[in-house]
Amino acid sequence: MKLKKSVLLALTLAFSVSLAACGNNNNSQGSSASNGSSASNNKSAETKLSGSIIASGSTALQPLVDQAGKKFSETNSGVSIQVQGGGSGTGLTQVSEGQVQIGNSDVFAEEKIDDASKAAELKDHQVAVVAMAAVVNKEVGVTNLTKQQLVDIFTGKITNWKDVQGKDQKIVIVNRPGSSGTRATFEKFALGQKAPDLQGSIQEDSSGTVKKLVKETPGAIGYLALSYIDDTVQPLQYDGVDATADNVAAGKYPVWAYEHMYTKGEPDATTKAFLDYMLSDEVQNGDVVEMGYIPVSKMQVVRDVKGNVTNK
Amino acid sequence: MKAKQETPLLFRKHRAEEWIGRIYTTFCVTLLIVVIFSIVYFVASKGVSTFAVNGISLSEFLFGTEWLPDNNQFGALPFIFGSFITSLLAAVIASPLSVCAALFMTEIMPSWGKKVLQPVVELLAGIPSVVYGFIGLSVLVPFLRDIFPGQGIGVAAGSLVLSIMILPTITSIATDALGSLPRNLKEASYGLGATRWQTIAGVVLPTVMPSVLTGVVLGMARAFGEALAVQMVIGNAPHIPRSLFESASTLTSVITLNMSNTVMGSAQNNALWSMALILLFMTFVFVFVVRLLERRAKI
Repeated sequence: MKLKKSVLLALTLAFSVSLAACGNNNNSQGSSASNGSSASNNKSAETKLSGSIIASGSTALQPLVDQAGKKFSETNSGVSIQVQGGGSGTGLTQVSEGQVQIGNSDVFAEEKIDDASKAAELKDHQVAVVAMAAVVNKEVGVTNLTKQQLVDIFTGKITNWKDVQGKDQKIVIVNRPGSSGTRATFEKFALGQKAPDLQGSIQEDSSGTVKKLVKETPGAIGYLALSYIDDTVQPLQYDGVDATADNVAAGKYPVWAYEHMYTKGEPDATTKAFLDYMLSDEVQNGDVVEMGYIPVSKMQVVRDVKGNVTNK
Repeated sequence: MKAKQETPLLFRKHRAEEWIGRIYTTFCVTLLIVVIFSIVYFVASKGVSTFAVNGISLSEFLFGTEWLPDNNQFGALPFIFGSFITSLLAAVIASPLSVCAALFMTEIMPSWGKKVLQPVVELLAGIPSVVYGFIGLSVLVPFLRDIFPGQGIGVAAGSLVLSIMILPTITSIATDALGSLPRNLKEASYGLGATRWQTIAGVVLPTVMPSVLTGVVLGMARAFGEALAVQMVIGNAPHIPRSLFESASTLTSVITLNMSNTVMGSAQNNALWSMALILLFMTFVFVFVVRLLERRAKI
């Protein structure tokens, strides 16, 4: 019995030591890699970039960064770029803890991270704009809603489409979960207030499912990023303004948000080169437009953390 | 002389084997124990911080019905209620079906049942949950929407999808129990002049009941922990539903929907971990109940 116990103890010790060793290994590898890349960059700035970049976070931004990352690695063979999903919260957590170089987010870090000093450490790089529109089931017979009508629908004051010149049909709200960045944007800029989770409302996180439900459920209303909208659902005008890229860029259509790529402090040379590439004309006028986002360079207005919009 | 020299060598060889085997298996068991305890520790430490760090009271968390993360109100009762009602309903729907299927396979048509039905049931167990969810959303939800008032989405759709998912669990455990039933019990019953139905109802079923219940509890445990398929069809509104056809939430669905969108360490994130702790605790309860039933089955 005594022998067994000591064997068990020894094994546990060995296991924990090996685990700890693994952890150390990773750390030292990570730091040596970044040291190496910065050192080589200091020596000769014009020689090839090297190192690895890991970006994680927003699934809305993931496909764009992924595609741009692949192109960037093709021209800079020493650089490997990994793009992971996980959601805006995950991206901000990981970049703030230094686990990844870039944290992708749909919202400003200040809105997600309670600890102001932690949020202040993060440097914002706005790479694209995503606009969204309220969409309804094609059968309800409504194509335009005012801000007040939208607020009344999402707060439960209006429950039938006939009250907004539609058919006599019950309204079914297809919302996003309370923590979703898309929902935060919609509430902030389309409704101008927080909307409660109504009894009987549906909540789905993925844009694909939201689209499917709005398409199939009679009387459904939801909201989608412009890139997801096609002719199976009816996009709504907002106060009479069409949800188009041009209207967003001109500052006429207010329901949009920046896509952010956060770094902790100033990025290292490799990461900076990649972020510059994201903002280059090649990506902004190519991949960004192609994948349904709006280029930051096209925007004629600027918006700050508090939501104040000013002309550029 | 020769034999005397060889025996110690062989003996030594076997002793080495013995030791290698013992060290290897001990290592595996230790690894398992370490992993399990680390998971429990991690979830518990995260889950407890909702109450210790964020100062939310346990009773408000367990019995509060208001889930308003922006106002720091974390009432998880709608999710706890949703989890229990969907898994209970799923068990209620699936159990009679599974037991009858098992009876058919073992008592009524053993040859055909074993050859055709059992592989089909096992196939059901191998279908990934996302497929169940998608079929639920594409077929079941529109169907329910057309027949019943409401949106089609809700507890009814969730429990129906779950009941199909736990069918194989209950069926295979019930089949095993029925298969291992001593022959003489049935023959004694037939010998007394009982018909097949009398034998099944009076002798077979009461004898295997504890094992069948084990299957039901294991099925419920699976239903309780299932996330993806339920999340797709239940609607996920953080309220206690007023009907079976109204959007509701379960513990797992609210965790999968919100975990990735919240920042580690925030109050909402911790509240989600507390729900994970409840799930873990319920798993222990289910395992405990299964142990109790197994003990009864032996006697």
